[in-house]
Amino acid sequence: MKPTDPAITWLEEKPLGLTERLYLPLFLQGLSTTARHMVSRKVTVNYPEVRPTVGNPLIYRGVHRLNRDDAGRVKCVACFLCATACPAHCIDIVATESPWPDREKYPESFSIDELRCIFCGMCEEACPVDAIELTSLLDLTGKSREEMIFDKEKLLSVYDMTKDAEPMKSKTLAAGGMATFGTAPGNPTTAAGGHH
Amino acid sequence: MNLLPSAATLAALVKIGLLVGGLMTAAAYLVLLERWIAAWVQDRRGPNRVGIPLTKVKLFGLGQPLADGLKIILKEDFTPSGVDRVLYNAAPLVILAASLAIFAAIPFGSVLPPLGIPGIPDPVPFLVAPGLDVGVLWVFALSSIAVYGVLLGGWASNNKYGFLGGLRSSAQLVAYEIPLGLGLLGVVLAAGSLRLDTIMNAQAETGVWYAFAQPLGFIVFMVASFAEAARLPFDLPEAEQELVGGYHTEYSGIKLLLFLVAEFLHMITAAFLIVILFLGGWHLWGVTGSSQEIGWIQALLRFGILSGKILGVIVFFMLVRWSWPRFRFDQLMNLAWKVMLPLGLVNLVTVAAVEEFRPQLVAALGPGFAGAVAIALPWIACLVGWLVAGVFTPSGTDNTPILTHDPLDIEREMAEHERLERAPHDVSPTLAGSR
Repeated sequence: MKPTDPAITWLEEKPLGLTERLYLPLFLQGLSTTARHMVSRKVTVNYPEVRPTVGNPLIYRGVHRLNRDDAGRVKCVACFLCATACPAHCIDIVATESPWPDREKYPESFSIDELRCIFCGMCEEACPVDAIELTSLLDLTGKSREEMIFDKEKLLSVYDMTKDAEPMKSKTLAAGGMATFGTAPGNPTTAAGGHH
Repeated sequence: MNLLPSAATLAALVKIGLLVGGLMTAAAYLVLLERWIAAWVQDRRGPNRVGIPLTKVKLFGLGQPLADGLKIILKEDFTPSGVDRVLYNAAPLVILAASLAIFAAIPFGSVLPPLGIPGIPDPVPFLVAPGLDVGVLWVFALSSIAVYGVLLGGWASNNKYGFLGGLRSSAQLVAYEIPLGLGLLGVVLAAGSLRLDTIMNAQAETGVWYAFAQPLGFIVFMVASFAEAARLPFDLPEAEQELVGGYHTEYSGIKLLLFLVAEFLHMITAAFLIVILFLGGWHLWGVTGSSQEIGWIQALLRFGILSGKILGVIVFFMLVRWSWPRFRFDQLMNLAWKVMLPLGLVNLVTVAAVEEFRPQLVAALGPGFAGAVAIALPWIACLVGWLVAGVFTPSGTDNTPILTHDPLDIEREMAEHERLERAPHDVSPTLAGSR
């Protein structure tokens, strides 16, 4: 950006006025800010007892899932776009010929190393058939490294587990997207507010 | 020769035991309080998990000091190579010993009612060394010795950050000892004694705390105490963003613990002094009398009021930590020498004048009106001094480079930019010099 750019507003710092030089008003200002925050509502929660609320599951990047289509088959067409896009190289796909007539390939195995994953969401962006999505599950733990490598079955089971709370993002977006998300079931506070 | 300790010695030992135990517990719990306040100010919840060990009782995290202490004690006590071993090991001991010994002269309450134990003079004062006429001098001498711990630690560590922390600490503490002493002198002048219990009694008898009678002295002493305790906004000796840990960068394990405890003891000492010298000590209007012959309830009440005031000052210390950013070193020195020192002198002169002419004032105006004038004069001095300091002292040092042109002269900047691009090997300075 050039210094002549009209978007830049050049400001000069104002010299301190008398009240500011006397320090006391600034002193009280600082102290009152601190005191206000002392008693204000806390932004953190007592985690294991209280679950943090995910602001918008549509844009939250938690544990992955592999979506199923209406027939209950894996939606993935093994195009490798997600594995190519992945900056952490954590997606491993073995493709084979599809047994179904509507596509050429399907993943024989599909695994994501959740320990390598940086939860950037690039796989979700890259997927042409909305097969891979990031859910709003945020506490991912395991007792071994092997356990943290999620295979196809596990990723599909994540879908089965979360499909009711979080319908497929493409469907939610098609039904009105972010604007109507607040009225979707599962976000009762905003839904209640929408009636007014 | 009777080798058994006398009753008075035993009483002193009991007091020392109670005081050291109380101070160590207080330091541990103040760490928790500091963490809580830090968390609350930042809209967090703070430590609230650790309760009674081996149970599921949480108690709002009141077990945290135990866990913190245990953790730091069990950590490896690592000595880096190249340190001066004698001084390196001596530094934490010096600072802790000096910080604890200060409390020999600091009263932590009023007096106990007569106990009737033979050999102990009644009433028993809340003071390890009662009758120490140089109480204030003792406190100041030992707090200066505590600085040696910081200096030795910084010097012996053989580390540039430790060394810088030690240097900063020595310069800062030398600079702020003077306003601290000036603020104190006003009180000593008004009370006519160096004994801290006498100073408290003097405030209790008149009912006018010295913070009201000498507002300027109170401000100067308060600011200087913050600097002496090396608390934000004056924590340059250990500014962790600049100096890692300052003088205790190279320390770990139990030696680091000693340094940290000593730091909290400094803060407790500063709070004690502020309360005793300026906020009336155990006195509260209408609740405590000024008599020295009191019952148990009154004795405990006075102890509670003193402790409550000290806790209030400490909470203020901790709130201040999160309210203002750290001073730069030149600003720190400016404040000490150009603002606090003159203001301290103004206060001292005013108090001296008031005390000198008090008999004449009382004779001329009557005791009530003379008292009002004796309070009004220091307030006027405070307002005038504050105004003059605000208007005439530099509020900061301007460190922007001296440009030979207007930095907002856009056309000139563009032409210069293009000139440099055309001749990339001409690396003439762009500020003063070539033009």
